[in-house]
Amino acid sequence: MSTRTVRLAPARAASAIKTLFLLVLFILYMFPFFMVVLNSLKRDTEVISSPIAPPSSFYWENYRMAFEKMKFMRAFGNSLIITAASVAAIVLLSSMCAHYLVRNKTKLSTFLYLTMVAAMIIPFQAIMIPLLKIYGSIGMLNNRWVLVFMYIGFGAPFAIFLFHGFIKAIPRELEEAAIIDGCGRYAVFFRIILPLLQPVIMTVVILDVLWIWNDFLLPSLVLLNQASRTLPLSTYYFYGTYTVNYGCLLASLVMTMVPVIILYMFSQRFILRGIIAGAIK
Amino acid sequence: MVRQRKLGERIGTFFMFAGPTTLIFAVVMVLPFLYGIFLTFTNWDGQANSFAFVGFQNYRTAVFDPVFWTSLWLTLRYAIVGVLLTNAVAFLLAYILTSGVKASGFFRAGFFTPNLIGGIVLGFVWQFIFSRVFPQMGRAMGWQLFSTSWLSDPNKAFWALVIVTVWQYSGYMMVIYIAGLVSVPDELLEAASIEGAGSWAKLRRIILPLIRPSVIVCFFLTIQRCFMVYDLNLSLTNGGPYRSTTLISMNVYQTAFLSRQYGPGQAEAIFLFFIVAGVSLAQVYFGKRKEVEM
Repeated sequence: MSTRTVRLAPARAASAIKTLFLLVLFILYMFPFFMVVLNSLKRDTEVISSPIAPPSSFYWENYRMAFEKMKFMRAFGNSLIITAASVAAIVLLSSMCAHYLVRNKTKLSTFLYLTMVAAMIIPFQAIMIPLLKIYGSIGMLNNRWVLVFMYIGFGAPFAIFLFHGFIKAIPRELEEAAIIDGCGRYAVFFRIILPLLQPVIMTVVILDVLWIWNDFLLPSLVLLNQASRTLPLSTYYFYGTYTVNYGCLLASLVMTMVPVIILYMFSQRFILRGIIAGAIK
Repeated sequence: MVRQRKLGERIGTFFMFAGPTTLIFAVVMVLPFLYGIFLTFTNWDGQANSFAFVGFQNYRTAVFDPVFWTSLWLTLRYAIVGVLLTNAVAFLLAYILTSGVKASGFFRAGFFTPNLIGGIVLGFVWQFIFSRVFPQMGRAMGWQLFSTSWLSDPNKAFWALVIVTVWQYSGYMMVIYIAGLVSVPDELLEAASIEGAGSWAKLRRIILPLIRPSVIVCFFLTIQRCFMVYDLNLSLTNGGPYRSTTLISMNVYQTAFLSRQYGPGQAEAIFLFFIVAGVSLAQVYFGKRKEVEM
């Protein structure tokens, strides 16, 4: 009995040290967020004079001003529409395409699949200049739906890659049995394949929502007029045009971050699982 | 007749299932990519509809441009430091979190949080920290290192960029390392302990070889991200002070869209493509080689 406690004591101490170490790191990691929230509740003069002190009183006016000036609701709505439409289209079109490519082994389908896999290594910077030239010259910039269209093109290769690997593992007999039972091509896909794809769909949705919701460079090149700006764009321009009031700027940052953090709180497990599934491929 | 209908049906299926994606992929990625290579051999200025062939002139302009080399060299330094530090921190976090500490789920979720937010917003958050909070703390506590804004000193601005990068990506890579670490069988580690292996020996001889796939994924993900980073660069330092932190992506953007040198800008982008493509091919090569060599 006594030997056991003796042996356990160092282990418990080591565990306590580890937890303490993690706690210190955790505080360091959260420190920037904490400071931004703290200062978003101060008057501008107070932010400048004493950024590390707690606010003398909560100055909510910053939020009201930022909300109005950066047209928060409009930007939020734009981000929501663009992200939802793009991700839905990527999932539907890519899974259909991947299904076709797996089940129809022709030279063309192999070539298509290899081209898409190869295209995953192209950095966006290598495409942006000609992309703007092409779409600019036919007057298709400045339109949210063109942006969605582009996201489908950029998102499809990786989604198809993930779906392709998964569909390959679904036994063909399952589909053949359904066809014998009188299912058409679409019924086979929508009733049998698509429900089976659910775990991969989760992965694609999570990775693509994080990417498109936060993306800056592509929308900054495509969406030129103020009314169609997404949240990252409107934050950026708000910073550019409104550098006088720090408290107000920080409030705009908090408002941009909060929706994602709330979503994360409810779906943390899925998000982390999706990240892992997407990375290990 | 039967064969014909079959062919027609097959074409129909192709267009219904693979058609839309193939078409969009072709006009959004393939066409601009090929057209982009074509443009580097012309003197297109961004406006005119007519242009002439100029051979390798744009590549020559890019190669002989000292600004391009400065930013490429800077990006390389940034990538090396960023990749090593990110992975070291990420692995350390994952290693501690999988060693049976309390509330590991809470910590894991917390360290991942910066990855939910876009580079633009994170850059602004840290811009405030570096330019306002740190100097104030430095003055209050008498720390010389923080007494002035890091963002106005060329050397420190580089490290500011590195710190934010490590802060953000370490949580992401940590998640991948944790997935690798929990898949290491406990019996193997227990057997090694009975044989008298210390934690260092277990780490080197058992854990690291077994989580090799996670290590490869994490290294290459961070390399790619470091070479392509733009948003954070823009909002944290905007390339300054005195262009001291202009990474390659920002340089491509500035050459093309601000200096209106579209040809050389696109040539630089093609260089970036070769770097990123090389890194990705290396990943495939290393990933395939000796998958589980035990």
